[in-house]
Amino acid sequence: MSQTPVEARGLVKQYGRITAVDHVDLTVNRGDVYGFLGPNGAGKTTTLRMMLGLIFPTAGTVRLFGRDPIAEGAAALDGVAGFVEAPQFYPYLTARKNLQMMAAYDGGDASSRVEESLKSVELTGRADDKVGGYSHGMRQRLGIAAALLRQPKLLLLDEPATGLDPGGMRDMRVLIRRLADDGMTVLLSSHLLAEVEELCDRVAIVRAGRIVYEGALIDLKASAKSAYRLRTTDNAKALKVCEAQAGIASARIEGAAIRMEANESAMGELSVALIEASLQIIALMPETATLEDLFFHLTEGSTPGEIDFPATQASVVGEHL
Amino acid sequence: MSSGVLTVYRWELRKLIALKRTYLGLLAAAAVPLAFTITLALRSGQPKDVPFGSYVHQSGLAIPLVLLTFASAFLLPLITALVAGDIVASEDQNGTLKTIMTRSLQRGQIFFGKVLAALTYTLASMLLLGGVAIIAGSMVSGFHSLTTLSGTTVSAVAGLGLVLASFGVYLIPLFAVALIGVMLSTVTRNSAAAVVGTLVSVLLIELIGILPGLEWLQPYLLTRQFDAWQGLLRQPIDWAPITHAAWVCALYGIPSVIAGYLVFLRRDVAGG
Repeated sequence: MSQTPVEARGLVKQYGRITAVDHVDLTVNRGDVYGFLGPNGAGKTTTLRMMLGLIFPTAGTVRLFGRDPIAEGAAALDGVAGFVEAPQFYPYLTARKNLQMMAAYDGGDASSRVEESLKSVELTGRADDKVGGYSHGMRQRLGIAAALLRQPKLLLLDEPATGLDPGGMRDMRVLIRRLADDGMTVLLSSHLLAEVEELCDRVAIVRAGRIVYEGALIDLKASAKSAYRLRTTDNAKALKVCEAQAGIASARIEGAAIRMEANESAMGELSVALIEASLQIIALMPETATLEDLFFHLTEGSTPGEIDFPATQASVVGEHL
Repeated sequence: MSSGVLTVYRWELRKLIALKRTYLGLLAAAAVPLAFTITLALRSGQPKDVPFGSYVHQSGLAIPLVLLTFASAFLLPLITALVAGDIVASEDQNGTLKTIMTRSLQRGQIFFGKVLAALTYTLASMLLLGGVAIIAGSMVSGFHSLTTLSGTTVSAVAGLGLVLASFGVYLIPLFAVALIGVMLSTVTRNSAAAVVGTLVSVLLIELIGILPGLEWLQPYLLTRQFDAWQGLLRQPIDWAPITHAAWVCALYGIPSVIAGYLVFLRRDVAGG
């Protein structure tokens, strides 16, 4: 039996003539905090629903720890928990009753973990209130608590911080970080770059149902050629130093500064060379281009087919991260 | 499979107990026999053209039997549809279907747990209506011996047994209505559509029975089976309408439950 938490191959979901998910391949390895990143409507939720066996793919396969949620149904969700879109509960039942029900549906000794789960999301004090009176943030936390009842090895979370206020978002991230540190594999969908950057080590970026990048976030960042702006006491002399320096490209004077493209280590070496040439550095600024630009390029720019975007080095178009 | 079904069944009942709409139907099931009995106590007249209508002042046991004829037209199918039509669709509308489907139970277990809960609610409303009618009826017209449809008289205790057995026979078509309700609830994913759809189905079946040229269909109409209990009130007991009702109702109920099950098993849970 395969121990890979998530293996999706060639997943397709069509609704009539609309292709919501278009040949998605995803591999989440044990211990990953995997970010599934894309704008709203890109097919993230539909993909997660197929992984949880809630909807049937038009084509393709999903394996969770080697088991098939589409053929086996809930039996394949052994060790898997999570939610898609906002977690929903019975509004006329209390939070504790809702969790007791989920635990009963989980079977085994899940019932013994109700109080512990409530405590871990800090809802113990409100456990006897009906969920109908809960705020969005409390429901999100209850969603996590319901997932924890299953003692999952894999947690699938769909936009867990969406709709939360800044404090709630921070709490949610702290909670996910803690769960990941406890050894849980997490697949987290999001349209929030900051969230993915903070939490995830591997990402898939999805656009219009297709994966346009899959790989380690660190590779994405490392391969990003950054642009810098440099101001010195003598820009004309500095430009010559830049041109002579290995790893610096496209150096030219733009207004009061020199603009160039380089990676971080080349910039470090340049600073030494400048000082050796008796030039004083007044300012050295990375251009403000970010992962966001990269994301926008990937998700809004050319059609996915036109983006040549290997997971390795080279052709990353983004700037400083 | 079975213990999972029972788990769902138990929690479905707990949810019904926590829901206001549950009591709406039960309230109607209790209020109608009460109102009927109070009216009888205040007036000396009696319902005409209804089996046992002429005995309502002689024996309280005639009152639940008269109510069975009245209730079959609309009331009990309505109460049944109220819960059966809601039991799957409400989860669709609240988005909770995805919540319970991502636990450890199979879809089939969830479905049949819900079917059992809908049938239980139907049984509860039947017992409530009948129980209130027996008690209130006996208080107003006395717990007396009952004249059967064959003109013979049975003792009050034997009469009570026959009345209770009549409720049992009456439940056969009512259960079929419940199964149609659950099926529509699954297929339409909309509570209102399923509740109204169930009632419209019952009314349409009734309508077919009065169409000229289609009279031969009458014995096979679901709504006709609501009179099958009258076989118990003959002496000797006429079992023919009861066995007939059993298989006719099965022809309505079993395909409904299979269709609902297959749809529930294969459907995409995309809402919520």
